[in-house]
Amino acid sequence: MSATHHEASTQPDLRPGAEIVLRALKDQGVEVIFGYPGGAVLPIYDALYQQNAIRHILVRHEQAAVHAAEGYARSTGKVGVVLVTSGPGATNAVTGLVDALMDSIPIVCLTGQVPTHLIGNDAFQEADTTGITRPATKHNYLVKRSEDLARVIHEAFYVARSGRPGPVLIDLPKDILIKPAPYMEPPPPEVPHRSYRPQIVPDREQIRRAVQLLKAARRPIVYSGGGVINSGPQASELLTEFVRLTGFPCTNTLMGLGAFPASDPQFLGMLGMHGTYEANMAMWQCDVMFNIGARFDDRVTGRLDAFSPHSRKIHADIDPSSINKNVKVDVPIVGDAKHVLAAMIEAWREDPTPPQKEALVSWWRQIDEWRSIRCLAYRQEGPIIKPQHAVKRLFEITRETGRDVIISTEVGQHQMWAAQYFGFEKPNRWLTSGGLGTMGYGLPAAMGAQIAHPHALCIDVAGEASILMNIQEMSTLAQYRLPVKVFILNNEYMGMVRQWQELLHGGRYSESYSAALPDFVKLAESFHAKGLRARTVDQLDDVIREMIAHDGPVIADICVAKEENCFPMIPSGAAHNEMILGPDQEKNAAAVTDEGKVLV
Amino acid sequence: MQRVATIAVLVDNEAGVLARVIGLFSGRGYNIDSLTVAPVDESGKLSRITVVTSGTDMVIEQIKAQLDRLVPVHKVSDLTLEGPHVTRELALIKVIGRGENRVEALRLADAFRARVVDATTESFVFEMTGNAEKIDAFCALMKPLGLTEVCRTGAVAMARGTRHMSA
Ligand SMILES: Cc1ncc(C[n+]2csc(CCOP(=O)(O)OP(=O)(O)O)c2C)c(N)n1
Ligand SMILES: [Mg+2]
Repeated sequence: MSATHHEASTQPDLRPGAEIVLRALKDQGVEVIFGYPGGAVLPIYDALYQQNAIRHILVRHEQAAVHAAEGYARSTGKVGVVLVTSGPGATNAVTGLVDALMDSIPIVCLTGQVPTHLIGNDAFQEADTTGITRPATKHNYLVKRSEDLARVIHEAFYVARSGRPGPVLIDLPKDILIKPAPYMEPPPPEVPHRSYRPQIVPDREQIRRAVQLLKAARRPIVYSGGGVINSGPQASELLTEFVRLTGFPCTNTLMGLGAFPASDPQFLGMLGMHGTYEANMAMWQCDVMFNIGARFDDRVTGRLDAFSPHSRKIHADIDPSSINKNVKVDVPIVGDAKHVLAAMIEAWREDPTPPQKEALVSWWRQIDEWRSIRCLAYRQEGPIIKPQHAVKRLFEITRETGRDVIISTEVGQHQMWAAQYFGFEKPNRWLTSGGLGTMGYGLPAAMGAQIAHPHALCIDVAGEASILMNIQEMSTLAQYRLPVKVFILNNEYMGMVRQWQELLHGGRYSESYSAALPDFVKLAESFHAKGLRARTVDQLDDVIREMIAHDGPVIADICVAKEENCFPMIPSGAAHNEMILGPDQEKNAAAVTDEGKVLV
Repeated sequence: MQRVATIAVLVDNEAGVLARVIGLFSGRGYNIDSLTVAPVDESGKLSRITVVTSGTDMVIEQIKAQLDRLVPVHKVSDLTLEGPHVTRELALIKVIGRGENRVEALRLADAFRARVVDATTESFVFEMTGNAEKIDAFCALMKPLGLTEVCRTGAVAMARGTRHMSA
């Protein structure tokens, strides 16, 4: 047995499974993987040790490996790669996988597995990983023969990045990693996959109908989402070109921020639950809506039966199952955002019908009226730092540096304030957990982005509760000298939870106080990072400047107003035209129905 | 507007594919009235799933789109929507009884073209193919005559005429 084994592995075209894995990753253009070792993946770690092509970043928790890979993927457009061991390694990765699934982030996750002959025996560190992750991934594989390794890995990359991107998991029994087999090159791109062939190029006739509708529109709006970012930077350029060509107002979803420049006068800001008044009112009152790469998520639509009641709707998406899922649309378009936008621009130019110039002028007049409410205005009075002000100064000061800035967030009020007060001019600079809303996402995501962009200024805008969910990654920052900045809006509350309790549960702040917090300055120092604190508004700018100037990881603990709420807000179960603009209107929210209360 | 849809799905015959389809239905709260699956080509590489489901038009369109985006799925066909089709189901039905009831059961089985595949002095196992309504009707008639056990395959279905489904 050992003799034949030896013979086989000395044949030039047979390589141990683990080497096949690394060769396939390399041929897929992988430069870095985020991982954590364990018994079942030792053969891969051994192969990693003996090569230089692929860099391994050792995280401190497998959930963080996936978020780091997401940050890497979202900031580069490439597939993020994760390597974890069997059992607890795989189960720890599940949250990250679902996060990537919800936000359509391309990930390939390699998990170790007990050897094939032990599968099903409750072996040490065995988990039914493909069973557990079936609904957590776009697709998954259990490889049962070394001969299949290369083919499956190549296919996994294709599936992860094609169509609507998503996480793909490959479960690798240990014997498969040891047994030698021949390698197989990636199939040439022109060879179609046997069954998974998403439609990329849109139907001409649907494009023509869409343009016809938009030309006749008197109150149009462009509503774009994460699909435009996923389609690549060219799609964002085309979106900007289309919006400027038409003169229409444009709003972005949380996942879509950066696809259209925030500073552009045609930008209405983010829409949805904590979106701007003008964006939500325009969605409510429009007569034609062009949705490109967004999915009518419940955070965006509010109460469905009152969503944009007067409009005809065009929806372009690469995923046909996103179309007509929540909202019935008039013109469905299936295709990749950049192809759809290029076709729309061409069709708009070719269509001889003039747009509704005068109607557009009065539409903009109406929008300006909504804008004049200045829904994001706040008063920074007294020494206590308003969280909105902290983000605004962070934005302004980082902009002054002229550096490329990438912002990630955790989940909560600080996330919404970052979305509202930080202006994104370009795609791939905004990393946030939109669909799953995963506390603990931001630090590892910023880490992944920093690996891909060593010279960028990568900042995690965090809450003091969320940051503790993956705080161990400070150690990873130290090991790889990653100069990520953690900017904590410390309100000593799970602020978003507290806000809902204030609004919906009579101000009974059940378990939402952040008690027994660590001293974040000392915590930073113990992780070999710099710790800074701003207690009052006069210290804020200096702390931000010092944070940016420091050539290494920093935690900046920004003590902010404790009971500030995030506005505007569409309470759950309400419609776009029923926004709460600020604290003065908050008492009306007592009217939130039980029906609204059951919504998340 | 609820409607019933018979959907045929051509899939790679690989481990986990049925779990994927069933997980999709349970995870998203869709109905499964019946589901059948078996390999259908000589090489055993492809399986055909027939699933009977019900929902609003919007939900059924969703189901088809969701099925279609599963990686091992080659084709999805809504037989109900696409035109005339034949549906058949196989049932095995055990009736236990003596005397008059037994004679009556056999007489009805004959009328329904159910075949006797097993018999003892006090029992029959009938085999019946047909659409679901026919089997329902037969079972209802057998009830007072000693019906004790029913086993049904669920529907298989195919378009009439030259329309066909292939990978
Ligand atoms: C893993 C996880 N658990 C629970 C929640 C529910 N949740 C949403 S926001 C939030 C509070 C976050 O507090 P903090 O990080 O301090 O942010 P703030 O809202 O105060 O800005 C909680 C518990 C979540 N989103 N994710
Ligand atoms: Mg907080």
